[in-house]
Amino acid sequence: MSEPSPAGVASSAPRREGPVPLWALLWAFLKIAMASLGGGLSAWALRVIVEERRWLTEEEFLAALTLCRILPGPNQVNMAVYVGTRFRGLAGAAAALAGLTLLPLAIALGLGALYFGHRRTPGLQAAMTGLVAAAAGMTLSVGVKLGLSYMRRPVALALAVAAFVGVAVLRWPLLLVLGVLAPIAIAWYWPRGHAEHAGKPPA
Amino acid sequence: MSGSTLLALVAVFASASLMSFGGGNVVLPELHRQSVSIHGWLTDQQFAAVYAIAQGAPGPSTGLLAGLIGLRAAGWIGALAAAAAMLIPGAALMFGATLAWERFRAAPWRTAVEQGLAPISMGLLFAAGVIIVRAADHGWSAVLLTAVTTVVLAATRVNPLLVMAAAGLLGWLGLVR
Repeated sequence: MSEPSPAGVASSAPRREGPVPLWALLWAFLKIAMASLGGGLSAWALRVIVEERRWLTEEEFLAALTLCRILPGPNQVNMAVYVGTRFRGLAGAAAALAGLTLLPLAIALGLGALYFGHRRTPGLQAAMTGLVAAAAGMTLSVGVKLGLSYMRRPVALALAVAAFVGVAVLRWPLLLVLGVLAPIAIAWYWPRGHAEHAGKPPA
Repeated sequence: MSGSTLLALVAVFASASLMSFGGGNVVLPELHRQSVSIHGWLTDQQFAAVYAIAQGAPGPSTGLLAGLIGLRAAGWIGALAAAAAMLIPGAALMFGATLAWERFRAAPWRTAVEQGLAPISMGLLFAAGVIIVRAADHGWSAVLLTAVTTVVLAATRVNPLLVMAAAGLLGWLGLVR
């Protein structure tokens, strides 16, 4: 294709260029995993990868997250593989995956060994209730912040609302929601489909 | 512990890894059927308990759940084999998909895909928050804590780790039900 891609692609913050060391990948995903105590992994991944490290723009992150959802496997494992592979290939994927999983696995297996050893941990259970409630708030706050940035883009907002209603209200299977919405969304933003939008920020 | 138990663990979780389209919770009923009903690695009650541990612990809960079931079925080696079987096949597929995706970095249609998928992803993220609240089925104080956390984190730049620590402390004190 010799056509230039349309200008004015919306993105939240500029992406930081330059090499990403393996230890930084490992450390970032370790931080994401440990911060997400009680849940909210996607929200933490967005905060660390987009806001703190600026490895991806908000739009790149969200699009990659949908890819991670379409392919099998836990979303955040897929996100670690995506970010690791993109910056450092196979070694990067391994480093990010190790950061995301090794320490959490050690903690969960330690708790499991305690449980199977018949020891009681009532205080832990009570603390978890608080953490789970706050983790849900962490996820919702990211939705609110991103939703506000879509207020001037009616098509994007409609797509977001439709995805929310499909999954949270109608309780359709995710693949059905994506199967309906993704082709519509991609067709709408297809570069040659509607030339009148060229030069303007996407709706 | 026997070699056949290890093989069965790897077979169950590797196939679950490749079947878990849309995230780990999709295969939860199948994991329950396999590990409780078919192989008898744990009781119903133990399954519920390790599910709670996997959900509550930091990190990707499906991989942790596999590790915990493996721990019960075949000890520490079983735990590592089950977790690796749950994580690696899906990760290998994602690795290939990323390389393919990055090859088309400059293609105009890739921009269209990114612009189209981003808002859908945002809607799904919001849905995830609502589903967590609903699934936890906690009392009004927990729902209030979720609402306060949402507003504080959306409206201020306070470090979320501080908010999480405060929420854990409130829970530990018995104030969140």
